[in-house]
Amino acid sequence: MMKAAGKERAIKVTLFATASTSILIVIGIFVFVGKEAGQFAIEPGAKELLGSRWVPVSFQKESFGLLPLITGSLLVTFLASLLTVPFGVGSSVYISELARPVEREILKPFIEILAGIPSVVIGFFGLVVLAPLIKAVFRLPTGLTALAGAVLLALMAIPTVISISEDAIRSVPESYKAASLALGASKMQTIWRVTVPAALPGIIAAVMLGMGRVIGETMAVMMVTGNAAVITASPFDSVRTMTATIAAEMGEVPFGSDHYRALFCVGIVLLLATFGLNMVAQKVLKKYRMG
Amino acid sequence: MNEKMRRRVREIFISAVTVVMVLSLISGCSRQGDSAGAEQRFITVKGSDTMVHLVSSWAESFMQQNPGFEVSVTGGGSGTGIAALLNGTTDICAASRKIKNKELELALQKNIHPNEIAVARDGIAVVVHPDNPINELTLEQLGRIFTGESLRWSDVGGPDKHIIVLSRESSSGTYVFFQEMVLKKQDYMQDAKLLPATSAIIQSASTDKGAIGYVGLGYALAAEDRVKIVAVRADEASPAVMPSDQTVKSGQYPIARPLYLYLSGEPEGTVKKFMDFCLSAEGQKVVTDTGYVAVR
Repeated sequence: MMKAAGKERAIKVTLFATASTSILIVIGIFVFVGKEAGQFAIEPGAKELLGSRWVPVSFQKESFGLLPLITGSLLVTFLASLLTVPFGVGSSVYISELARPVEREILKPFIEILAGIPSVVIGFFGLVVLAPLIKAVFRLPTGLTALAGAVLLALMAIPTVISISEDAIRSVPESYKAASLALGASKMQTIWRVTVPAALPGIIAAVMLGMGRVIGETMAVMMVTGNAAVITASPFDSVRTMTATIAAEMGEVPFGSDHYRALFCVGIVLLLATFGLNMVAQKVLKKYRMG
Repeated sequence: MNEKMRRRVREIFISAVTVVMVLSLISGCSRQGDSAGAEQRFITVKGSDTMVHLVSSWAESFMQQNPGFEVSVTGGGSGTGIAALLNGTTDICAASRKIKNKELELALQKNIHPNEIAVARDGIAVVVHPDNPINELTLEQLGRIFTGESLRWSDVGGPDKHIIVLSRESSSGTYVFFQEMVLKKQDYMQDAKLLPATSAIIQSASTDKGAIGYVGLGYALAAEDRVKIVAVRADEASPAVMPSDQTVKSGQYPIARPLYLYLSGEPEGTVKKFMDFCLSAEGQKVVTDTGYVAVR
């Protein structure tokens, strides 16, 4: 008897330890990244980060302005969400409300496969197929643009958005729909005026989680956005995202240099952005589950 | 039946794991015995990232020919490699530049005499789209293009078309070399597209009509059917030279550099053996195979 209880306790403690590891890791990452970034804020000073030029390797003067990187990430993320929302929400409405069981059986696995494709493979596809296509369609001098990155990111975000919003739509009580239909509303009216509005918080959360994935994605954007650190609002220009900057430069940077620390500052900005998006999404989801 | 089979599989699995563990234990012991011998059987090469691929290929063939010897290769940059040589944490340093005076002073203070051996040459080819009518450019024109002073092909004698500047990422040794040699240490234009790999530059130069980029000679020659290689003049008066093994070796082609291995003092033992291999006909064939130019 005693022995069994002791064993159970041991298992419980072990499980608790594994579960709380993630908390420790998150705190550890914040402390570690913050420490390196903090040193940059002291010397050469946080003001340096507000500049509009990112020139980390130079014989003249190195500049570590984060603005082109932040605007680059924002532009790509914004364009990706413009593409993700209609596709993601449209598909999830179809799958949960309109599709016949057979169609659902076919659609779902394909969407899951799309979610599982490694991002470097998607990037390769982008470089060889999508970039030349964009170049031809919009008659651009080169296809390596923010738009190409956004399309690839949308491909990666759409499965996330579909599966979470589908859950949200499915959990709208049957009685709502029944009431709407009983009042004489058509099927389409019921979907757009009753079901989707009722599931809206869940759909919003789904979109935000999708955006969290988009802003943190690296490999695919690095291969197709051209990585020129310029401030632009045009989808047809090259942009350099924060993730691509870290991935491209971290491997070679002299340990402990200003450049090294500036990359940690980029990391902090990125971390705060994804952290913020996740927090808001979780809040929305929680509220929705309670209501 | 099913249960029985499952047990059988488990037994096989466990015994296989045991065998592997025992084997690795035995081989581990015998290894240790090896390195305890009088001769040093393990050497390290550290330094230039440009050269990692080359040095690893050398190490691989060397270890194949000389079983029992181990060569470990790490990158980190030429500067890191030289620092490691001075601190005695590496046997050989790979460097894509000459040792600086400051580093040499530091070495002499520590009573280390860096021994420089040129082992290969690296030529960088300038590539454009195959339809581009430009056949040759001077170093000065290239400098103007990559710094963003010339934005249109008509500025350098071509059609009135926008120039798309392609560069390697700033972490690449080639980026810095090109910046030093061609841009005369000025910054690249902000609009330059920094691509993560040589293959991406070739891909982009072969599809974008206004593009210009630079890649290692070996890669350019391998992709000659997809991109056009431009001849380069050192200045107005010099002849236009196409990059090739001969012109890089003779120094006629202006965008080229020697690649070095640095040792402290005279080579001996395994280090000498490895150095001899690198400079042998076979070692120099590895140089050509990895896209660089042989020196012997």
